[in-house]
Amino acid sequence: MIELEHVSKVFADGTKAVDDVSFIVQEGELCVLLGPSGCGKTTTMKMINRLVSLTEGRILLNGTNVLDFEETELRKQIGYAIQEIGLFPHMTVGENIEVVPELRGWPKAKRRERAAELLQMVKLPAEFIDRYPKELSGGQRQRVGVARALGADPEVLLMDEPFGAIDPITRVDLQNEFLRIQQDIRKTIVFVTHDIYEAIKMGDKIALMNGGRLIQFDSPFNILFQPQDSFVQDFVGRDRALKGLQLIRVKEVMRCSPLTARWDESVEALKGRLPNDEGIEEIPVVDDSGGFLGYIDISLVQTGTVGEHLGHHQVKASIDSVLDEALSIMLSCERKTLAILDHDNRLKGLLSFGDIQRALGEADRSGARP
Amino acid sequence: MKRQVVLITFLAILLGITVWVTGQGKIGIYSTFTWEQILYCSWSHLKMVVVAVAIGTIIGVPLGVLVTRPGFTRLAIPVIGGANIGQTIPSLAVIAIMAPLLGFGFNSAIVALFIYGLLPIVRNSFTSIRNIDPAIIEAAKGMGMSRGQIARRIELPLARPVIMTGIRVSTVITVGTAELAVLVGGAGLGKITLTGVFARETLIILQGAAPTAAMAIILGFILETFEDWMTPRGLKIDKQK
Repeated sequence: MIELEHVSKVFADGTKAVDDVSFIVQEGELCVLLGPSGCGKTTTMKMINRLVSLTEGRILLNGTNVLDFEETELRKQIGYAIQEIGLFPHMTVGENIEVVPELRGWPKAKRRERAAELLQMVKLPAEFIDRYPKELSGGQRQRVGVARALGADPEVLLMDEPFGAIDPITRVDLQNEFLRIQQDIRKTIVFVTHDIYEAIKMGDKIALMNGGRLIQFDSPFNILFQPQDSFVQDFVGRDRALKGLQLIRVKEVMRCSPLTARWDESVEALKGRLPNDEGIEEIPVVDDSGGFLGYIDISLVQTGTVGEHLGHHQVKASIDSVLDEALSIMLSCERKTLAILDHDNRLKGLLSFGDIQRALGEADRSGARP
Repeated sequence: MKRQVVLITFLAILLGITVWVTGQGKIGIYSTFTWEQILYCSWSHLKMVVVAVAIGTIIGVPLGVLVTRPGFTRLAIPVIGGANIGQTIPSLAVIAIMAPLLGFGFNSAIVALFIYGLLPIVRNSFTSIRNIDPAIIEAAKGMGMSRGQIARRIELPLARPVIMTGIRVSTVITVGTAELAVLVGGAGLGKITLTGVFARETLIILQGAAPTAAMAIILGFILETFEDWMTPRGLKIDKQK
């Protein structure tokens, strides 16, 4: 856990870079420091590992004031990742990853083992351990950067725009990979970025800063839909509904236990048990154990069994996906409804355009707009 | 590989000239220098160069590195500027001024050569440290390395090749400047070259100049090999694959 209490930083030339900032990063949480350049987010982060000294206030790391540690001891327990240019070019990938374990006095064999384990975790081939940074692509180097920060298995991680210098496609890969890793390792992370999409995607919490002050410290959802003032609103932008699609999970919006058709019943029987008030057309079809098979469009068929008229079995989404993935599938397949399945391919719910619209509308209304 | 062929060709030409001129025995009213005299002069030339560059390295490298350290950066401009001035003054003047100051002899020649060869060493030592990407140093700091560890494990290996280049450049320059050392009582191949100049005999000039050029090429090559050997492997890779 990291606690900042009324932290300020005034540089020697009198500029107040950080002005009375307080927030708490809970254990296992990823907190994004977000804001335009020059807002003090990087300075704030660097005060945690004392690369920048603080002028006022205090910072606690798991309850201990960071000033009570010896400087290098403090840093050795905090993983530190910056853009890929921070790798040591004269050391191999393995040596780079082993730096902090070595500083902490781990024996050679254990260090090497750890380096190999981390390479695997960041999905780099094992033989990269003896390559030099210059032999790797930018994206690969950045993976090494993340692995290096995790070298000695620190509880706390500071990441300074770690994916900033990477092309957009690789960046998305790295973000997804990192989120996957974070689900397993559950580190307490402070992550600096100026990219609001990255912040919304990565953050459990976002600390939005401007001019050295903390403007809003909140969940990504609340930053989007309950902006505290016009600065936050402008920073979020007009397309907050689209950004919000990334934040809302399908399972929060879908209609559970929808009407389903069994693959072996006859079309006539199915039509017989339909409620006649709604204009239902597409009905998901399941097998005996609830497994999803496809859809039947009852406005087109009259006779035979349901199984004979199955279609569109590929139009489905996982219960863990977010709305923008679901919406993308619906748009690209030109379908109005989408079956939501669990990990065993069993039908859990149904999602329609109307449901997405309703969810975003509610989110929007939940914020008291100025 | 191609470069080595060029170097060897040059060396062969220079040595060929020396052998040919020395074989003449007599040119007009002058006798050419004997092999013994040439070897003696070469040896004293080499001695001056090695001593002057060695002192330059011992003083110049720490000086150049020192002015990159926090607290000493204010000294960077005077130090680099001072070394610059040392080299702006014509080499002949630097050498000539040593005679009235230190008297004639080996020592004043060494001091003059040292001053004149200092700049490349100081400047390269300075830039070698300062040109290291600040992100690398910050990463090292952020990972918990102490100042000493950063200096030993990060800065020194990254700076080494550039420092070595400075020493090499200084050596090659000093081989040339040492031609003039004879004016203040030093020895060296300048003795032969200047004899030729005063006698207006081109061939005798060549007898001194050709071995000097050969020495510069050989020393340059040796130091370049050394430089390559001192460069960390990870820095030699140009592009991926």
